[in-house]
Amino acid sequence: MPSLGTSFGRGGATDFQQDLQHSDCIVIQGSNMAENHPVGFQWVMEARERGAKLIHVDPRFTRTSAMADLHVPIRAGSDIAFLGGIINYILENGRDFREYVIPYTNAATIINPEFADTEDLDGLFSGWDPESGAYDPSSWQYEGVAAKSAAGSRPQGGTAGGGEQSHGAHGAGLSSGHQPSTDPTLEHPRCVYQLLKRHYARYTPEMVERICGVPREQLVEVAESLCANSGRERTSAFAYAVGWTQHTVGVQYIRAAAIVQLLLGNMGRTGGGILALRGHASIQGSTDIPTLYNLLPGYLPMPHAEGHETLDDYVEEHRPPGGFWGHTRSYIVSLLKAWFGDAATQENDFCFDHLPRLTGDHSHYATSFEMRDGKVDGYFVMGQNPVVGTANSKLHRLALAELEWLVVRDFSENETAAFWYDSPEVVSGEHSPETIGTEVFFMPAATHTEKDGAFTNTQRLLQWHHKAVEPKADCRSELWFMYHLGRRIREKLAGSQDPKDRPVLDLTWEYPTEGAHDDPDAEAVLKEISGYRVFDGAAVSGYTELEADGSTASGCWIYSGCYADEVNQTARRKPGREQDWVALEWAWAWPLNRRTLYNRASADPEGRPWSERKRYVWWDEVEGRWTGYDVPDFEATKRPDYLPRDGAEAEDALRGDDPFIMQADGVGWLYVPVGLQDGPLPTHYEPQESPVSNPLYGQQANPTREEFPRTDNAYNPVDGQPGANAFPYVMTTYRLTEHHTAGGMSRTVPYLSELQPEMFCEVSPELAYERGLEHGSWATVVTMRQAIEARVMVTERIPSVTVDGQRIHTVGLPYHWGAKGVVTGDSANELLSIVLDPNVHIGEYKAATCDIRPGRRPRGKARLELVERYRSQTEDRRGPA
Amino acid sequence: MSAGPEVTVIETPGGAAKRRGGGAPVPSTYGEDAKPRVGFFTDTSICIGCKACEVACKEWNHVPATSSELTGHSYDNSGDLGADTWRHVAFVEQRLAVGGVAEGAPDSFVAEAHRQEVVERSGIVPERDGEGLRWLMSSDVCKHCTHAACLEVCPTGALFRTEYGTVVVQEDVCNGCGYCVPACPFGVLDRREGDGRVWKCTLCYDRLGDDLEPACAKACPTNSIQFGDHGELRARAQERVERLRADGMAEARLYGEDPGDGVGGAGAFFLLLDEPEVYGLPPDPVDTTRDLGGMWKAAGLAAGAIAAGVLAAFAGGSR
Amino acid sequence: MSLPDGERRGATYVSPDAAHENGRGAMTERARFRSYYGRPILKEPVWTWEIPWYFFTGGLTGASSALAAGARIAGNEAVARRATLTALVMTAVNPALLIADLGRPERFLNMLRLFKVTSPMSVGTWILSAHGGAATLAGSSELTGRAPRAGLAAELAGGALGCALATYTALLVSDTAVPAWHQARHELPFVFAGGAMASAGAAAAALSPVSEAGPARRLTVAGAALELGAAQVMEHRLGELGEPYHEGQVEKLNQAAKGLTAAGSLLLATAGRRSRLAALAGGVATLAGAACERWAIFRAGFQSARDPKYTVVPQRLRLDERRRAMADGATQS
Repeated sequence: MPSLGTSFGRGGATDFQQDLQHSDCIVIQGSNMAENHPVGFQWVMEARERGAKLIHVDPRFTRTSAMADLHVPIRAGSDIAFLGGIINYILENGRDFREYVIPYTNAATIINPEFADTEDLDGLFSGWDPESGAYDPSSWQYEGVAAKSAAGSRPQGGTAGGGEQSHGAHGAGLSSGHQPSTDPTLEHPRCVYQLLKRHYARYTPEMVERICGVPREQLVEVAESLCANSGRERTSAFAYAVGWTQHTVGVQYIRAAAIVQLLLGNMGRTGGGILALRGHASIQGSTDIPTLYNLLPGYLPMPHAEGHETLDDYVEEHRPPGGFWGHTRSYIVSLLKAWFGDAATQENDFCFDHLPRLTGDHSHYATSFEMRDGKVDGYFVMGQNPVVGTANSKLHRLALAELEWLVVRDFSENETAAFWYDSPEVVSGEHSPETIGTEVFFMPAATHTEKDGAFTNTQRLLQWHHKAVEPKADCRSELWFMYHLGRRIREKLAGSQDPKDRPVLDLTWEYPTEGAHDDPDAEAVLKEISGYRVFDGAAVSGYTELEADGSTASGCWIYSGCYADEVNQTARRKPGREQDWVALEWAWAWPLNRRTLYNRASADPEGRPWSERKRYVWWDEVEGRWTGYDVPDFEATKRPDYLPRDGAEAEDALRGDDPFIMQADGVGWLYVPVGLQDGPLPTHYEPQESPVSNPLYGQQANPTREEFPRTDNAYNPVDGQPGANAFPYVMTTYRLTEHHTAGGMSRTVPYLSELQPEMFCEVSPELAYERGLEHGSWATVVTMRQAIEARVMVTERIPSVTVDGQRIHTVGLPYHWGAKGVVTGDSANELLSIVLDPNVHIGEYKAATCDIRPGRRPRGKARLELVERYRSQTEDRRGPA
Repeated sequence: MSAGPEVTVIETPGGAAKRRGGGAPVPSTYGEDAKPRVGFFTDTSICIGCKACEVACKEWNHVPATSSELTGHSYDNSGDLGADTWRHVAFVEQRLAVGGVAEGAPDSFVAEAHRQEVVERSGIVPERDGEGLRWLMSSDVCKHCTHAACLEVCPTGALFRTEYGTVVVQEDVCNGCGYCVPACPFGVLDRREGDGRVWKCTLCYDRLGDDLEPACAKACPTNSIQFGDHGELRARAQERVERLRADGMAEARLYGEDPGDGVGGAGAFFLLLDEPEVYGLPPDPVDTTRDLGGMWKAAGLAAGAIAAGVLAAFAGGSR
Repeated sequence: MSLPDGERRGATYVSPDAAHENGRGAMTERARFRSYYGRPILKEPVWTWEIPWYFFTGGLTGASSALAAGARIAGNEAVARRATLTALVMTAVNPALLIADLGRPERFLNMLRLFKVTSPMSVGTWILSAHGGAATLAGSSELTGRAPRAGLAAELAGGALGCALATYTALLVSDTAVPAWHQARHELPFVFAGGAMASAGAAAAALSPVSEAGPARRLTVAGAALELGAAQVMEHRLGELGEPYHEGQVEKLNQAAKGLTAAGSLLLATAGRRSRLAALAGGVATLAGAACERWAIFRAGFQSARDPKYTVVPQRLRLDERRRAMADGATQS
């Protein structure tokens, strides 16, 4: 999300799946789309039927590859090198869409002379402070622009809350009103274009072959396909999923694709863009209205304990001079009015002080470690199963054992709820139900067919789901649970004079309820999220109507408009066959029902479509407004030739040909001067655990990655460290179509369980031979954390590749299995360690190392002993330099 | 009775008799109540192996789940069609050798890896990693044959042909004699354990009456499973296979579409990308009843032989 | 779990049709045999042990009725009585076996909902019912001594129906897709007929006084010869489809069938003419041989259905040949 956010202005998929049918070339990478988005994949098939070239880059040949024209087997964890190779190809051969690049990107912008690239510093950028483990990004800034760096103002270094603005990341660091210096000829040595060229100069096809194990001809074929299918007449699209995000450099992976798509002029175009395929049906919604510790709804940052004393401090910090983020005050004030209602007034900063403040990293992972160390009392786990679904299963179980109380809400008693009596630790004797002091409450949950509500899917589409049946017995929806929990807490606190209780008591907490169980009216909540005028409760029609004076309320400014005209826009269901492919009257997408973001870029600077074939949104001179197939992602009546006056603010500071309206300078960022922890340009770093030494730089892995070097999270040693050859194989985890995430919704269902009944691993014939593994038999996979067993599937679909002269084998593991359900098995997440991308605190699930041996794993204490034998071969339990 | 109208026996070179149906596409006694024949065209070239068809079918028809083990046969753990599996997705991993002819899985992967290692050591340049791989996926189903052997041998009349031209088992009539089971040349039908009756795909007969398409067709996200008027599906399939061949997929072929084949053409036919047996389908299926005339004759002669034997036994003397 | 059978390449296979029709040498071509993980294409029958015994008892009761009718006309009351009563007893057992094999035995009457020429089981059910009625009437009349004229008529009718009963069962197996059965459709009725004759003769010969049992012994020998001869022709013409008869349990049953039938009928024909004991032994052996033959055929079918090569290879050859012929035809015209 922050990668898309920093590059373009919003952290969300830029395109919608139906639009893929108009692509001329689709690269699916870091995604197994046919496997995990089978319904959306029909649009890729549609494109293929119309002659599009389909390329799948993946360590495995999957159900997606089966439909592709070209499958490129890439070493897991080396995608930046691959994408860098494409960037290198584009720049070296002058294949960028120049007429798009100059007006619509920051290619011409000149960068601070203090900036030093990874080419200069052997894998580091300028500003690296080894003590704090973080960068001071002031030297990355645009030339002449005062640096207002987020990371620098935080004392906690790499784990700081500096990430909070990254999700939306919109160039808040640029100071007001100043236009950066540019060189439209792109020849200035410090212009972004030249810096790009230099940064990727060594990412040649030969180097890509060396790093990724991909034959150089294939890299060239992919690059050439993209180039040939970009420009005025043709567009190419990228689709990615967690195969890209779940790396310690995940954000930079996506940034690299953003660079490719900006250089080729595919952003904002029909059949172009970057489709972020999310990991489940409403996870986009859970970053929009976030379940993330560092975000407020609509990607507003959570305030920090230091530097955000007042609302003004907060707004000053986060409000960029240009673009729609310039209205940050309106968004935060409207949010506060929605939450605190009448209690929120101008005088008390609209209850800004009621908001909790960050003091560091409070992410799921960091909190799990705190839990393990006995610092957390209680835990709500709702629709989540960390013991199976999150890296380092054992850590989570040990952490759960230190709690005072645990509440699990789910359809059935999952592995997290059952940890206290059914776990490897109970079997091995490390724990027992008698010694675990945690009080566990299991609360049954209603399913999606048993409640009203909206999902926000991968293409930012809010679709309302109507309750079809009443939930059985005591099953209740999340809305019911949270509402009544809140209600009861408020009743207990009523009349309290303690200022600590004011935030809870000041909340607006009245919703109409219905039915035998007093279910809160979900549509009422939706309206509150969309926004209304405080004085008469009338629904607003979009975020442009939100005010900073407390006269409006909106629970999530990017969703504002989803209840426009007092109509639940998300419930609209005009059939697709009665509309064009954009289908604006089906449901509602944020923002303001725009389906393809940055669609101003589908027209040239004069407002004319780049070509008839690819017309999408264009300027109508007669009507004096933008028109087309989609809602223009632009001010409706701003002329293409509009130039801002001096001192203009927010969107008024943007020109008529600045398509990226959320960015301070209105252009797509090839180079990100501020907002990301690990650099303005994506750089190939090896994963935390890798059998390969970084061939490009002395800096092995992402210097700013978030590590937790503890005994209960020991990392596999890497090249040069003692015991490195104990774990010689690359390990990657993935999904199967038949199962869903941690298995709670699939391994409990017989019809799905029988389709994939057993945990298995996939190995190449070469690896099978090397380790004596037999197809259909058992294998044990071992890391510093745990040993698990799996049935063996020997297949050529997970090929071994040659990297830097070394033969690299990969062990593939689906991650769906756990101890409870119709079908059971060991969890892949037992094996993984916790090491995070510094921007978003997402774990590295897609590339690690392991050992594999034939036979079933030992039981009980013997299992611990096996792992210990491996661990004793290593001395240092920490990760690489 | 289902002997079919207008049966012509054609002698082809080699002496093999072939039956060709003319007139109405399926034998029908419905008269005015007959509906246009419907069926499936399953285009396996766009199947993504998601198994939504298997699950949707089971959900709609309350087909029991069967506990299963990992088969090791790629991603196919359903095995084959049967009483409890009415849509079955097959997976075939292949490596395309030089010349594009698919080689199947080697007999032993370990041996294959050893061979590769030996090849490498001897200095021969091996095939590129992961290149040339192909993964065929195909959703199999009851063929609803024009000349359906199961229907023809059913002694209770439980199996009947509907007004849509499909073949359905009436579960309140079937007494589980099991004759249909070995009669089917595709191995579709089977008796359900614990139940005693034979079950198979009904082409969602209970949905057709309400103008709904079968559950599997509805669930299929890529429209690999196409449902509709049989004649129209055939025309569509012809176009499709021609187009694929023109695009260079020489191995694309239709299976079960030809009314001249041994079952008179199938109501549910397929577009395959390799020989049928690779998918577990018989290359040249035949409705066994085709040969029944000769069989009755042989039985009659044999019965006569018994009578003759008895006569002869007494002809030599009554004691 | 062992490695999958996978696909066998370059299996040499001879199509029985091709060898038979073209009259060429046994090796037509190297058939490249592919399959789906070696899985069966056909379904094995769901029939269990009741069915081969049904074939056996059907043959015994049917041919016994014929023998009874013949004996009655010829005036051999001893044989007629034994044969009729044998038919009566077997006619009670016969349908019980069939009904017991049903998945829903309580619905056996559904067999009589219709009469379908394309279904040997349908036709057979009617034959069975009609013969059962006739044999019961004839047998009861013999036992009670009452209604002799009705009994005689029933005996005659039963005799005719019995011939059909004894042979239609061959169609139960040959009117399927099972290669070893379907490809043997020309011979199986004669194997069954021979077996029926031998069984009926052997039973009557074992039960009747030696001096009266001559025709029964002759019938046994004729039946045995027909059974063995037809079986031999069948196995030869099946070619490689007949492989199951020479492997495993089926081979044992097959050899037992041949041995017992030959030895039994021989014993009956020789020592059985003088010694009641020898007649008994020979009769039992012949009956055992006939039973084994039914079981061998039954089990061979299962193996034939189980291994996909028996389905794939002949069909592949047939298909390729047909295409070649059409291509030749096209180029010639």
